[in-house]
Amino acid sequence: MLVLQAIIDGVLVGGFYALMAAGLTLVFGVMEIVNFAQGILVVLGAYLSYALYAHLNIDPFLGLLITIPVMFGIGIAVYWTMIKPIKRDRVIMSLLTMFAVGTVAEGILDYIFTSNLVAIHTSYVNSSIRLGSLIFPSIYLYAFAMSVLLLGGVYYLLYRTRFGRSLRASMQNPTAARLVGINTDWVSAFTLGIGVGLAAAGGMVFGLTNSFDAASSYDLISRLLAIVIFGGFGSLSGALIASIVMLVIQDVVAVTWSPTWGQTTFYLVLVLVLLLRPQGLLGRKAVRAQ
Amino acid sequence: MKLQGKSGPRPRSRTAAWWTAGVAAVALVIAGCSSSGSSSGSGSSTQPITVGISVSLSGDFSGDGLATKQGYETWAAYQNAHGGILGRQIKLSFLSDGSSPTQVITNYQKLITLNHVNFVMGPYSTLLTKPASAIANRYGYVMIEGIGGGPSVFSQGLHNVFDVSASAAFQLITFAKWLVATQKPEAIAYASMTDPFLQPMLDGARSYLTAHGFTSTVYKLYPLETTDFTPIASAIAASKAPVVVLGTMPPDGYAFVQDLIQDKFSPQVLIEASGPDQGSAFIKAVGAKNTGGIMVPNTWYPGSTYYQNTAMVQLYLKMFGGTANNISADVAEAFSSGQVLAQAIDHIKSTSNSALESYLHSGVTFQSVQGPVKFLADGENGAATPFVFQWQKGTLQDVLPTGIGTTKPVMAVKPAWGANG
Repeated sequence: MLVLQAIIDGVLVGGFYALMAAGLTLVFGVMEIVNFAQGILVVLGAYLSYALYAHLNIDPFLGLLITIPVMFGIGIAVYWTMIKPIKRDRVIMSLLTMFAVGTVAEGILDYIFTSNLVAIHTSYVNSSIRLGSLIFPSIYLYAFAMSVLLLGGVYYLLYRTRFGRSLRASMQNPTAARLVGINTDWVSAFTLGIGVGLAAAGGMVFGLTNSFDAASSYDLISRLLAIVIFGGFGSLSGALIASIVMLVIQDVVAVTWSPTWGQTTFYLVLVLVLLLRPQGLLGRKAVRAQ
Repeated sequence: MKLQGKSGPRPRSRTAAWWTAGVAAVALVIAGCSSSGSSSGSGSSTQPITVGISVSLSGDFSGDGLATKQGYETWAAYQNAHGGILGRQIKLSFLSDGSSPTQVITNYQKLITLNHVNFVMGPYSTLLTKPASAIANRYGYVMIEGIGGGPSVFSQGLHNVFDVSASAAFQLITFAKWLVATQKPEAIAYASMTDPFLQPMLDGARSYLTAHGFTSTVYKLYPLETTDFTPIASAIAASKAPVVVLGTMPPDGYAFVQDLIQDKFSPQVLIEASGPDQGSAFIKAVGAKNTGGIMVPNTWYPGSTYYQNTAMVQLYLKMFGGTANNISADVAEAFSSGQVLAQAIDHIKSTSNSALESYLHSGVTFQSVQGPVKFLADGENGAATPFVFQWQKGTLQDVLPTGIGTTKPVMAVKPAWGANG
């Protein structure tokens, strides 16, 4: 029963990790940028939700109506002011730029919110639903439902809309996309906006389930990168599957053996998968085939 | 075949000159290091006495790092207001290490070799104190510290490190003795971060309790970077252990409470190594109604009647605001380090690190806001008496050991979650 509980925990927690990783994989798919700032952007999302809740008493889920557009705008602004002006060595330079963005953001957050840990403590963070001997924490259920909703929305945007076609065309061949009249700059800007906007939602859940400070981003970014590599850079569904697989492996190993070996086991699985499929579970080749 | 392009060796006198210059240069460097480590004799100077400290203002230890810095600043302000040391003002020199064991080495090297501080004091955590004390030792500096009591610090064989607080293995001993005295042997669930201070702390208590018939139903160690504690909490909840002992840092301390509540499991006794001692931050993180009965070991509390404690609390509140109950124990641990340094220097009347080291090893007892300090040969405080605190009706109360200070009776069974207590 403990193993079943661990699987349930892994699936539920994996859902919101997918939300945090989705932005990272999407941005890489379109722009070929490894967004090293994703971890701190998640933390920024958590701080925004915290500020709205602590100062204006706005529920964090409701607050997403404010934080997602704000973060979307930040993503657009970062693209136009920092990524687009890069003319040479775009991949390397943009990677360094995003690293710099992350470092500056961390400094600013540290200055504004200090290094004291904060947490978003709403009435429902401690509640849970019991089914027999199985426990379903309410916050993770809500977060999972929200993840499915948001990722479903992004999936719809990618595969059922004109913008999605433009975005996928930009992913597959930016030059050809430009030749057929797609404004790849705006597609890239919107993609970064969407990626950062998703970080707002992931950050909100992170803030509800963990106490955090600006430095919390370091633990996050390493996990998010592992998820994206495992799922395949650029694949939204890959990120979802990888998140769930990672958390389930870690949680099951944690309860049956040791939490110390949970992460190690996941990384062993990651290495094995990459030996067999270097592009990850649903890497770029699979995306193109869709 | 000649290996050199030019014929024959260099003139002997020139080689000798190079050797002489080289030896002189090395001697100068050694003299420089030596003078920075054991410097400066009588203390007749009017220059400020400089004390260098690396603090963690970012990274995993940033919360505690800030409190540590405030503790040192409070001590310096207090001491300066009372004439400084040897009639000289104290000037603190801080560098931030980002909670990194690599950066802490760089910082102490810089403080000693570039800033030429008179003394150094310890950073936050055993993880950082261990490399920091080795660097201090290399340059002949004493390191008095209050927040690095893991066994690995004392097993280095160094003679320059002195911990003014209770060492790791004995942090929970007061709690363990109370449990043995008041409860029948029963199952205990243990979990701890794999930290060089927290794990020995947990193992110290576990060893004592096992020897007295208590069993370990869960024993889980988790790495520092863990952010999801649900599986560990689930394992603890499934065990239904009446006693839960957790070797936590504040973030995981908060998360465990939240996860145990979600699991609808309320142990009779719950003690966490760190987290419940964070005052209002703990209340905000877990909710005021869920704090009742939770215990935490500590080496200090605001209402203690130990040496200069009242003055320290008043000065801290004046400098940094807040309330007495929200002052972190890190503040007192840092302040204690300064107190011992000041008493020792006032006695030896010198700023020589070697004289200071000899005096600290002499078996003399110092006074601090945490109680008496008397160093064992390895630098541990043999006179330390760790306290146990418990949240009771929204306030963190001193409950153990009884007979010291103004202790309240222990709430032997933790109220159910949400019952305030």
